[in-house]
Amino acid sequence: MRHLLSTKNLSRDEAILLLDIAEDMSDTQLREVKKLPTLRGKTVVNLFFEDSTRTRVSFEAAAKRLSADVINFSAKGSSVSKGESLKDTAQTLAAIGADGVIIRHAASGAPQRLAESRWIDAGILNAGDGTHEHPTQALLDAFTMRRRIHGDASRGKDLDGISVAIVGDITHSRVARSNLWLLRTLGAHVTFVAPATLIPFGAAEWPATISYDLDQTLSEGRPDVVMLLRIQAERMDAAFFPNEREYSRWWGLDDERFAAMRSDSIVMHPGPMNRGLEISSTAADSAQSTVLEQVTNGVSVRMAALYMLLAGEREGA
Amino acid sequence: MSTRVVLQQADITRALTRISHEILESNRGTDNLVILGIPTRGVLLGQRIAGIIQGIEPTERQLVGQIDVTMYRDDLASHPTRTSSPTDIPVGGIEGATIVLVDDVLYSGRTIRAALDALADFGRPRAVRLAALIDRGHRELPIRADFIGKNLPSAVSERINVRLQELDGVDEVTIDS
Repeated sequence: MRHLLSTKNLSRDEAILLLDIAEDMSDTQLREVKKLPTLRGKTVVNLFFEDSTRTRVSFEAAAKRLSADVINFSAKGSSVSKGESLKDTAQTLAAIGADGVIIRHAASGAPQRLAESRWIDAGILNAGDGTHEHPTQALLDAFTMRRRIHGDASRGKDLDGISVAIVGDITHSRVARSNLWLLRTLGAHVTFVAPATLIPFGAAEWPATISYDLDQTLSEGRPDVVMLLRIQAERMDAAFFPNEREYSRWWGLDDERFAAMRSDSIVMHPGPMNRGLEISSTAADSAQSTVLEQVTNGVSVRMAALYMLLAGEREGA
Repeated sequence: MSTRVVLQQADITRALTRISHEILESNRGTDNLVILGIPTRGVLLGQRIAGIIQGIEPTERQLVGQIDVTMYRDDLASHPTRTSSPTDIPVGGIEGATIVLVDDVLYSGRTIRAALDALADFGRPRAVRLAALIDRGHRELPIRADFIGKNLPSAVSERINVRLQELDGVDEVTIDS
């Protein structure tokens, strides 16, 4: 694999291979010595044009556990704020000798541009671009589901027949899109649940069921997994719903809805959570919640992604 | 290209039985003994050796595990991405243990170097020994095996295939030249 830009063009075999390598990486993280020498001498740049704490820290931890040198580059306080273009930034990183670039950008398609341009020859890893994709988040979500469902026998398995309800701001969510493509590839069925204003135009064409009614989806579908998305106040430039209380009333996983769920179902959230809005504290802190597992698994999955991109022989440039 | 069978099922079984006795003799029993196979076929050979040892001197303790060396290799960048395998260290760890690494073919010695690095991340064994079903020569590092099934002087251009019942449906060692 040369770049990881999206989950849409990931084959079933590639996805399972990556998840299996993540299983092996995860085992190494239980050892006393967590560091592996695998990427010694490689330089990885964290190129973040958008604020992020957990994704950046997770990638940094993953790269360091593989012994890569990590350079953190955030747009704030860099020459980007002085008006430097993506091209010039990329060429600067190429001149420094970056082997891998982890990029987060507000513009959908920025990682693709970087990968297809001749500006830099490094492996490009999409860490979230606009409302397009966030592939490692989807991979860590799939990894977490697979572990919960298959336990120690996860290796080689897919998510055939698993039903997943993704609830919240689908319009602005790259996590929802990446999850849809990956979960479909792995054999799961996805239902998007949101107010009509937060379902994007064209969603009817997607291989997912669209629902406007969370109670109906929970009672009739009895999904194996309920994934809540964060209500992203920073992207709410228009009024998509009357107020937070109304959103919580209709589409939040409150105590009542949580209590009615199957006791073996899984509650997921990519974080950071708005407690009391899209998820209640009871649900978030329950044994069914995987919120912290998702963070732990994120490091293993990103180690696997970095390994697949940077360790082997570089495929044709 | 011609293919020649070098070891058949009975030869492999005899070699593993001899190696098992030699391990027991050099370790004076099974005390502190841990056998670690190197994926893929070293794991199967390690399990067979542990099975034979259990038949000679039974012990309650788990004797055998496996250690993946993929992440420690020095030739990652010159091959397409390699797939890793699980690592399974017996309960009790390797601290102070006598480790016997098991691999199918000993060639350049680079896999064993990687295995020694991997071992160091789990603790400090008292001693590390090496068992290989085939030693084909052409070492690139100062590494030698303590227990050898068969010495098989070979040319670099020749290819040695170890096939085992569990994976390949047949027990045999062949050489393509």
